[in-house]
Amino acid sequence: MKALKKLMDRLRPRFEKGGGLHALKSVYDGMDTFLFTPSETSKSGVHIHDNIDSKRVMIIVVLSLVPCMLFGMYNTGYQHWLACGAMEFPFLDLMLYGFLAVLPRIVVAYMVGLGIEFFVAQLRGEEIQEGFLVTGFLIPLICPVETPLWMIAVATAFSVIFVKEVFGGTGYNVFNVALVTRAFLFFAYPSQMSGDNVFVSTKSILGFGGNAPDGFTGATPLGQIATADVTSGGSVMPLGLDGTPIDSWQSFIGLIPGSFGETSTLCVLIGAVILLATGIASWKIIVSAVAGGLAMGAIAHACASPLYPMSFVDPFDQLMLGGFAFAVVFMATDPVTAARTEAGKWIYGFLVGAVAILIRTYNNGYPEGAMLAVLLMNALAPLIDYCVVEANVARRRRRTKMLTD
Amino acid sequence: MGKPLHIKRGLNLNLSGEAQRPVSIVGVPVVRPETVALIPDDFIGMTPKMDVREGIHVECGEVLWHDKSYDDIKVVSPVSGIVKAVVRGERRKVLAVEITPDNNVSTTSTASSVPEGADAIKSALMAQGVWAQMRQLPFDIVPMPTSVPRDIFVTLWDAAPLAPDMSLALEGNEVLLEKGVSTLKVLTNGNVYVGRAPGSGVKDIPGAYMVDVDGGFPASLPSVLAANIRPVNKGETVWTLDAMTLMRIGQVAAGKGVNWTAPVAVTGSEVNKPCYVTAPAGASMKSLLAESVKNSGHERVISGNVLTGINVGLDGYLRYPYTQVTVIPEGDDVSEFMGWASIMPDKMSESRSFPGHFLKRRRFSPDARLNGGRRAMILSGQYDNYIPMDIMAEYLVKAILARDIDRMEALGIYEVTPADFAAAEYADASKLELQKIVREGLDFLRHETF
Repeated sequence: MKALKKLMDRLRPRFEKGGGLHALKSVYDGMDTFLFTPSETSKSGVHIHDNIDSKRVMIIVVLSLVPCMLFGMYNTGYQHWLACGAMEFPFLDLMLYGFLAVLPRIVVAYMVGLGIEFFVAQLRGEEIQEGFLVTGFLIPLICPVETPLWMIAVATAFSVIFVKEVFGGTGYNVFNVALVTRAFLFFAYPSQMSGDNVFVSTKSILGFGGNAPDGFTGATPLGQIATADVTSGGSVMPLGLDGTPIDSWQSFIGLIPGSFGETSTLCVLIGAVILLATGIASWKIIVSAVAGGLAMGAIAHACASPLYPMSFVDPFDQLMLGGFAFAVVFMATDPVTAARTEAGKWIYGFLVGAVAILIRTYNNGYPEGAMLAVLLMNALAPLIDYCVVEANVARRRRRTKMLTD
Repeated sequence: MGKPLHIKRGLNLNLSGEAQRPVSIVGVPVVRPETVALIPDDFIGMTPKMDVREGIHVECGEVLWHDKSYDDIKVVSPVSGIVKAVVRGERRKVLAVEITPDNNVSTTSTASSVPEGADAIKSALMAQGVWAQMRQLPFDIVPMPTSVPRDIFVTLWDAAPLAPDMSLALEGNEVLLEKGVSTLKVLTNGNVYVGRAPGSGVKDIPGAYMVDVDGGFPASLPSVLAANIRPVNKGETVWTLDAMTLMRIGQVAAGKGVNWTAPVAVTGSEVNKPCYVTAPAGASMKSLLAESVKNSGHERVISGNVLTGINVGLDGYLRYPYTQVTVIPEGDDVSEFMGWASIMPDKMSESRSFPGHFLKRRRFSPDARLNGGRRAMILSGQYDNYIPMDIMAEYLVKAILARDIDRMEALGIYEVTPADFAAAEYADASKLELQKIVREGLDFLRHETF
C-alpha cells in the first residue's frame, strides 16, 4: 500500500493546475479518495467526525444488491436452459451464461454513467461523487436481459444528465436515477421493452447455451395474468417456461422469467436484512410500503372482477410477483428521492405500496406498477414533507399566538 | 427531588483520556499561568471598546473592555498583572488581550456592597464582569441589559465527551448557589430552571425549579432544557448560564469578591496523565498542559470538548466558557488504505455498519480527520436523532443556507444555539459544517432584524 500511496503522491502534481493531465483532475481525486481516506481535518465545529461517509453508505447498498445480482445470473441461465428444452441444469454453466449475459450491461451502464459523472465533476471543479456506484449496479438488475446495449447506453445517459446533473448532482435529484433509466426504456422503446420476447435470453453467448426454438416466447407471470381470460373459466395461475404452474413458493424463490435481478423475493429479503441491520435504509418506508401493498391487494382481491384478472391474485402473492419487492427495498428507500421527514416516510411508503398494486391491477396494458408507483411518489415526496414541516411550523405559530392573546 | 427529564436523542461517546474526578477540590493542583488571555470574539454580541493598553497594571476584576452599544457591560481581568499585549488583527480588530500575572490573585479583592433590587443587581453583575458570562436566547449572545428574561435556564452538568464533573466545583458552595438563584429570581418574572445530572450529588437549590436530566450530548445544554420545558417564542428572551457563572452571581450578590478560577479537566488520548487542575479563566495551554502532552507533533489542542470546543494549539488559551482541555491526534499524517471499507473494530461510529458501533465499552481515540468528503445531504433523518428539540433540523439548516428569514423564524431559529447541532455534525455522513452554518445564520438574522 505504501508503494501505491507513493505513486499517487508522485502523480499528483501532473493533475494540479498547470500539469499536463489537469483535465483529468476529478478522475485523479476520485481514485485518490477511493484508495486512501482523505487526510483533510476539520476546520470548524466538531473536532472529530463519525467514520461513516457517503462511500460507506453506497458500498453497503451495493453489497446488499449482490445476492440479487448472483441470483439473476443463475436465473438467466436457468430460464435459457428451460427455453432450450434442457432437462439438466449444470450450475456452473448456468452461472457462467448469466454472467456473460449481464457483464456487458454492467460495463455499459458504468462506462456511460461514470463517464458523464467524471466529465461534469471536472466541469464544476468538484470531486467525483459516488452516487452512480449504486445506480450503475441497479440499472442492469432492473432491465430485461435482452435489452440491447445501445438502449441501455442511451437511457443511462439521458437519466444521468437530465435527472441528476441538471439538478445539481448526487443529493439534489428529484427522481430515482436508475428508475428513470428503466422508465425511459419503457416509454421510448415500448415494443422492445415489454411483451413476451425480452425477459428470456434465447441466443447462445460465446458458444455457451443453446438456441431456443424460433418464435419462442416467455412471458412473465405478471404478463400472463394480465392477459388471462378469466371469464371463460381460465385460471390466473401463471405458467413457467416448461409449462408447469408457478406457485407462491416459486415466485418467492424467483426462478421465473422477469427482469434480470428482481425476480427473487428471497434475495431481495437478504438485501433488506443487510440494509436494515446496518441502518442504511429506512425501515419505516419498507414496512409501510408492504402494508400499503397488502392493503391495496386485499381491497382489489375483495372486489375481484373478470375485467381485471390481476384482482384474482392473492394479496401475498402480489408482493412476490414482479418487481414489487425489489422496488420497495431498493428504490423506494433511496433517501434522496424519498420523503425525508420521519412522519412523511410512513405516508410515502404506504402510498408506494398501494399505488404499485393499484396500477398493476387496474391497468392491464402495463402489468408492472412498481416502477411508476415509485416515480409518482418521488414527485409527491416533497409535498408530503412540506405538509409534515408545516405541521411543525403551525405548532410553533400556535404557541406564539396563545402568548399574545 | 427534581422533575425528571429523560432525553433519548443524543450522543454518548466513549473516548480515551478521561480525567479521574478527585475526591474533593482540596487536593487539586493549582496552575499559575505565566500568561492569561481573554478573547473578545468569545463574547458574541459585544462590540469591544478597549479600556486598557499595553504595559499598564490591572487588578483582578478590573475592566479590560466594555461594550460599544451598552457601556455598562464589561469584561474584566481574571488575574492581577501587567497587560502584556493587545493583539490586533485586520482593521485593528482586537483578537486577544494578554496579561502577565504578577501575583497569584484570581479573586476580585474589592468586596463591593451587597446590591439590593433589580437595577442594583444588574449593574453590579455588569460592573463585575459576570453579566458577560451569561448568554441569551435568541441568538446565543451576551444578554442585552434592556431585556427582561421570561425564564432563566441554568445547567449544572456537562454531557460532552470527557467533560469535567461539575459537582467538584459545586461541592460545599451550596450557599452561593442558593444566593445565585435568589438573585436571578429578582431579574425574571418567570422561573429559574436548574438542570443537573441525576446522581451527580448536586443538592436541591431552594427557590430553583430543579430538573434531573439524563441523556447524551446535547442534553446538558441550557437551550435543550429550555426547548424541552418551555420553548422560546418569537419576541421572548430567556437567559442561559452554567454552573460557574451561577456561583459567581452568588458571589456578587453576597458582596464577596468574584473568584475567577475553576477546576479544569485536562483530557484526551494525547495527554499522558489526564487530571484536574485549578486555573484562572484564560490560562495558557502551556501552563495547563505542562509537559503532559505526548509529543508527536501532530496533535490538536482543543479548549473545551471535541464537539463544541475551539482548536487553539499549544500556544492558545483556555477560552470562555470552557473548563476543559482536550488533546487528540490531528491525523493529518495518517495514510489509510480504503478506510471507508474498513471492518476493523477501532473505527468509532454511530452507524451499525461499523463493528465498533457495538463495542459499547471500548474507549476510542479518534483523530480530527473528516473521514470522508463533503457532500450534499444524502441520508435523511440523521440530524433529528441528535437534536432533542421539536425542530425540523434539516429544513432549518436549508433555510439558513438560503438566508430565508421568514422560513428560519417559522422553523424555530430563535430556540437554537450552534452547540445544539454539534452532535448532529459529528454523526453527519455528508460532513456539513452545521455549527458554523447555524452561527452564521444567527448572526445574519441578528444584523437583519436589529
